[in-house]
Amino acid sequence: MIHIKDLIKQYGNRTVLDNVNLSIESGEIFGLLGPNGAGKTTLIRIITMLASYSGGAVTINKLPLPAEAQKIKALLGCVPQHLNLDTELTAWENLELHGRLHHIPTIERRQRIDELLEYVELRDRAAEMVNTFSGGMKRRLMIARALMHRPKILFLDEPTVGLDPQVRRRLWDLILSLNHQGLTVLLTTHYIEEAEALCQRVAILEKGKLVITGRPADLRRKVGEYALEWADADGMKVRFFNERSDAVKFMNSLDTNTTIRNTNLEDVFVELTGRKVKD
Amino acid sequence: MLEDIRTVIWRDWLVLNRRLGRFILSRMVSPILYLVAFGWGLGSQIQIGGGSYLDFIVPGILALNSMIISFNAVGTPLNMSRLYHKTLEEYQIAPISASSFVIGKIISGIMRGIISSLVIIILAFAFGATLTINGWFWLVLLLNCALFAALGFVAAMLMNSHEEMANFNTYILTPMSFLCATFFSTDRLPLILHYLVEILPLTHASQALRVASQNGYPPWISLGILSGYLVVFLGLGVWQMRHIRN
Repeated sequence: MIHIKDLIKQYGNRTVLDNVNLSIESGEIFGLLGPNGAGKTTLIRIITMLASYSGGAVTINKLPLPAEAQKIKALLGCVPQHLNLDTELTAWENLELHGRLHHIPTIERRQRIDELLEYVELRDRAAEMVNTFSGGMKRRLMIARALMHRPKILFLDEPTVGLDPQVRRRLWDLILSLNHQGLTVLLTTHYIEEAEALCQRVAILEKGKLVITGRPADLRRKVGEYALEWADADGMKVRFFNERSDAVKFMNSLDTNTTIRNTNLEDVFVELTGRKVKD
Repeated sequence: MLEDIRTVIWRDWLVLNRRLGRFILSRMVSPILYLVAFGWGLGSQIQIGGGSYLDFIVPGILALNSMIISFNAVGTPLNMSRLYHKTLEEYQIAPISASSFVIGKIISGIMRGIISSLVIIILAFAFGATLTINGWFWLVLLLNCALFAALGFVAAMLMNSHEEMANFNTYILTPMSFLCATFFSTDRLPLILHYLVEILPLTHASQALRVASQNGYPPWISLGILSGYLVVFLGLGVWQMRHIRN
């Protein structure tokens, strides 16, 4: 569905994306993982045509970008990291504006607004100005807005950043239910648990380069299924094992408090880059 | 394209309509002060070309006011939308053309400029001005609003902070407000300054409005210059909108 080949983005002499190659298939939730400044948002901005690129090629549904920009725009729904709702309009008017900009016929548009406000549980707040909304409500409204024109691909840039855990869980449920309805989702996150809870495949970006791509379980397996953690005079140590019995055997050889746990994508990231995702 | 232009206007009208009363009231303050100070106060002792200073100054105030209102109606919110609220992205990712967006914004700017001008015209008559408001008068006013709304668009896309926008006002609009035949004839300016202000659009708007308000035909050169500026700013705006991707 989305094919990215040798993508380069430079700001002057600074390379923000360095020969990125990526394919995202129809119907999957794909996660772009990496620390702040890794290039995740830039990649999304390029695909959504908010930013240009310096080299390489991007095709969406076999349509080249930016040559087929207008056709591609109809396929994409975008929820940026920053809250960019029109604060001078109500929730209903924000959706109405989006519907008009995407040329949805009036009757269908009005039905779709009602349907989506119901879906994101904001129907009773439809007539209120969005600057009275909480962060979670704004984020849900932004998702509703991005879905107005029935896009084929939904881009979510750090969808739960700054939200409390309960609201985050509600958004996860919303994203999963959209995916079950057939929507392809590309999301960026630096929350490991978010990527593990939602994504069927992830790509890890570090300093503009694609470090690795794969299913979370496969990536964890590359490092080892189990992580043994302990502390010594130099700080926290971690070692990975494919078999739990090996981890236990090694644990018994240590004369200190230890923890055995399942490895996660954070471990994968640290092993591959030597950095933490939230660095 | 027409549907997209209508959408852009629809949004801006919705916002304006919500505070139309406040907008009209706030637009009355400066004109009343100008009319009292220059029309009644200073104007009662001055005659220009055998007519009252009030009749001379009202077209100038209209040109000046429509310039500021139309410029700021587009410039300030668009600059904020681009840099701070990021709401411009909603239009960038929508399948609408750059020209639809620019034209829509300019028409919104014209709308505010014309409403504000209507307020001044009513006030001017209340203050005793004797003007003719004919088709030519409206045409010049419309061109003035349009070209400064377009300039507001260009400035909003060019300036990278709120402060830079304020500076644009200070260095470009404020000097024009005082020098471009608004309060006095440009004949009284030193020769070099006279020629300089003659190439500025506000001078032609003031002069053409003044002629039209006295039942004359505005000079074609003035209409041409105002139209020329409009075309250039419109073209620049469309180009900027097309190349906004960074």
